[in-house]
Amino acid sequence: MVKILKYSFFDLIRSRWSLIYFLFFAITATSLLYLSNDTSRAIASLMNIIIVLCPLIGTMFGVMYYYNSREFAELLLAQPIKRSSIFLGQYLGLSISLTLSFVLGMGIPFVFYGILGSVEFANFAVLLLAGSMLTFTFVALAFVIAIKNENKIKGFGLAIVVWLFMAVLYDGLFLLSLFIFEDYPLDKFSLVMTVLNPVDLARILIMLQLDISALLGYTGAVFNKFFGTSMGFILTLICAILWIIVPVFGLNRLAGKKDF
Amino acid sequence: MIAIKNLEKSFGKNKVLKGVDLEVKGQGIFAILGPNGSGKTTIIKSILGMVLPDAGEIVVGAEGVKGNWNYRKNISYLPQIAHFPENLKVKELLRMVKDIRGQEGNEQPLIERFKLEGFMNSRLRNLSGGTRQKVNIVLCFMFNSPYIILDEPTSGLDPVAMITLRELIQEERAKGKVILLTTHIMDIVEEMADEIVFLLEGKIFFKGSLQDMRDMTGEMKLERSIANILLRNDKQYQEVLTT
Repeated sequence: MVKILKYSFFDLIRSRWSLIYFLFFAITATSLLYLSNDTSRAIASLMNIIIVLCPLIGTMFGVMYYYNSREFAELLLAQPIKRSSIFLGQYLGLSISLTLSFVLGMGIPFVFYGILGSVEFANFAVLLLAGSMLTFTFVALAFVIAIKNENKIKGFGLAIVVWLFMAVLYDGLFLLSLFIFEDYPLDKFSLVMTVLNPVDLARILIMLQLDISALLGYTGAVFNKFFGTSMGFILTLICAILWIIVPVFGLNRLAGKKDF
Repeated sequence: MIAIKNLEKSFGKNKVLKGVDLEVKGQGIFAILGPNGSGKTTIIKSILGMVLPDAGEIVVGAEGVKGNWNYRKNISYLPQIAHFPENLKVKELLRMVKDIRGQEGNEQPLIERFKLEGFMNSRLRNLSGGTRQKVNIVLCFMFNSPYIILDEPTSGLDPVAMITLRELIQEERAKGKVILLTTHIMDIVEEMADEIVFLLEGKIFFKGSLQDMRDMTGEMKLERSIANILLRNDKQYQEVLTT
């Protein structure tokens, strides 16, 4: 697996897209930092970009990479390596290279700004963690979708729908249901709803760390009330990790059963 | 030895293999023939573990294929269509496959024979179809594996490369290897095959030597023999063959 990971990773890191992705974050982070001149504010703004963009890029690159590297996979399948190593290797190769672009793109401007010694460092680290976890989750989901769908157009479409649903629609539907059922106690319902969406989890993870109650939103407030900040943080983290493990597990199973 | 027992596979509603029993013993060139869609590639991919059969068992050497991957170190495979990671250079591809297999390859003589020296630093996406097939052949023959599986090896090759490939296959046969071959060029089969396996509608219709085939059909040319079988078996082919 390590060999496949290595080849996938170096193949990707040389591609133009990695550089573009890196530059995008570097430019955004720099401009937000130096324009606002306030680290917490920059982190909060970046959070809103990250929770939409990391899933989007993860999904798109995941689907694209899977379809583009089908040839590579076919070449490898005839070699003496385990099937699961091929797909897990490719998955990790892509996820790690995207995460690297993201972490470096965000990290370099912040390091130059002097985040390393500042009190905001933990907040920034959580921001990076949330973005990285979103990348891992959505690349895995994209791989699952792509393995299930031979047809590229269908695969792409479905991946976009999943992203749209989780990053954009979910919140709307959630708020709508809260509004409709406002006469009922909705604490537990909203907790469950939050756990079911990795994007919300990432948002709450950052919010709980930043401790900006104004930005917590309904679910964040419920989380805070229910579990307290540190307990809520740990629980959110566990759920977010499950959102990586479960799709990867599914990916592994699907790849093991597929004909090439 | 490659032993296939009662192999069944369907893709959706399409039953491709309906109980194939095949034993490849000893050494030499075994040609798997059959009309398009008769399941040649499916059998080959099942042996390689790329297609997972619905029923049946495959043994390569002493190892069962199911859930196993280690036996593939004994197999060199030339796929029908050469799929490569497009961004790599030829040189890098060769190095990578050697690294992944964990085996030393002897590629230099092959590169010279197929005149690929000038392409070693080109990226795979810039290569023509024939050149890609040559790279494919080098990848397959550079390892000294006891089993060689060739799926339509001649596609896209020019006559010179075709002759080189034939020589190469003959040399490998002389080394005492087991070579499985599918092709639609009957000339190659007549020249080289020690045994013919003829697939029809997901079953083995005929297995034997070239002479057996001639005796059975009463035709001297293999192409005619096969046409003869098909005509006898399925009227739908009549149209195709008369035109």
